[in-house]
Amino acid sequence: MIPAAFTYRRVSSVDEALAAVAEHGDDAKLLAGGQSLLPLMKLRFAVPEVVVDIAPLDELRYVRAEGGEIVIGALTRHHDLHHDPVLAEHAPVLARVAASVGDQQIRHRGTIGGSLVHADPAADLPAAILALDGVLVARGPAGERRIRAAEFFQGPFETPLAAEELLTEVRVPVQDGTGWGFEKFTRRALDWAIVGVVVAGGAVSLINMGGTPLRASATEAALAAGASAAEAAALAAEGTSPADEAHATAEYRQHLARVLTERALVAAGR
Amino acid sequence: MKVSIEINGRTVTGEVEDRTLLVHFVRERAGLTATNVGCDTTSCGACTVLLDGESVKSCTVLAAQADGHAVTTLEGLRGEDGGLHPLQRAFREEHGLQCGFCTPGMIMAAVSLLEHNPKPTRHEVRDGLEGNLCRCTGYHNIVNAVMNASGQEVQR
Repeated sequence: MIPAAFTYRRVSSVDEALAAVAEHGDDAKLLAGGQSLLPLMKLRFAVPEVVVDIAPLDELRYVRAEGGEIVIGALTRHHDLHHDPVLAEHAPVLARVAASVGDQQIRHRGTIGGSLVHADPAADLPAAILALDGVLVARGPAGERRIRAAEFFQGPFETPLAAEELLTEVRVPVQDGTGWGFEKFTRRALDWAIVGVVVAGGAVSLINMGGTPLRASATEAALAAGASAAEAAALAAEGTSPADEAHATAEYRQHLARVLTERALVAAGR
Repeated sequence: MKVSIEINGRTVTGEVEDRTLLVHFVRERAGLTATNVGCDTTSCGACTVLLDGESVKSCTVLAAQADGHAVTTLEGLRGEDGGLHPLQRAFREEHGLQCGFCTPGMIMAAVSLLEHNPKPTRHEVRDGLEGNLCRCTGYHNIVNAVMNASGQEVQR
């Protein structure tokens, strides 16, 4: 499988990338690690006329602690997150989730920004950023804007970013050490999650339980009221309407959400 | 566009379509056919090469993206004595292959795995090779081969 013909443009700065997408608008696609976009292009689900390669922009590849936040450049690769000492200390759940994305080869190329912008409801990192109350920083022709994770994931593969905007950075608060957990159920190695759960402090988010990553609000409320892990996890599927398909019925997914939430809460020490 | 990629220490230059995938450049322009096209969907890992020293699936990288970078394929591996690389030797000793189609990708992924984790557990080997599919061996001898190459005990 070979992508439909397109024009490849490599850029050497964020400004140059913004100029390229401003010129081509919806006809252009930004290429970061390419681990989501290139498979889609090979299947001809995505047929951009211009591909703007931002992978060389090392200025967007960093992790640093800044005040009470961890700031992550959009082109930081999953492999970098997995092995980053700052994350290991201040946001270990993110390092753990990044370590489970795809496989080794995919983690060497794929980027956190690419994963967030792709907004696949079955992807791991969007749910992690949602659980961490992350903020996504985008640059566009009108300058910079910040979007809360809760407003960023709008539907399957749908975000508020315009074609002319570029995600530059993700900011998450330093965790207060109240524990974290991550559970993911897949059919086979390297598959997408049938269901996954990310626990970070009192926050619980669900992977693949709807068109976007979701917060398990009933579980979070129960935890805040002092419920046990088992009691809180029993409420994990409340308000969810997961896909009902060949690999897993909606009912089975809701069962999994409860089971995995309890495991993740126990792992988090709740 | 014109791309120039250092493959196994030799610079290979060629005019390609912008959409050319790295795996096709390696096989057809560089004439190095150990790197296989298996599933072509980023799943099977038969096309795994090292790009700047890290394992990647070359069916999911554009040749244009590798322009100016260094690629290592199975043909570029050598042991310290100039003979087989320890992983190549171990795959032979442990019979870590049957039809051999997945083997180049397995070995390149294993090179990257041992680079980051020189003494992996059996579980870590399985985890590290999850991006590579083999339809023949049941993986047992492949895991043994990686354990052998890392100087650890294998399971008979």
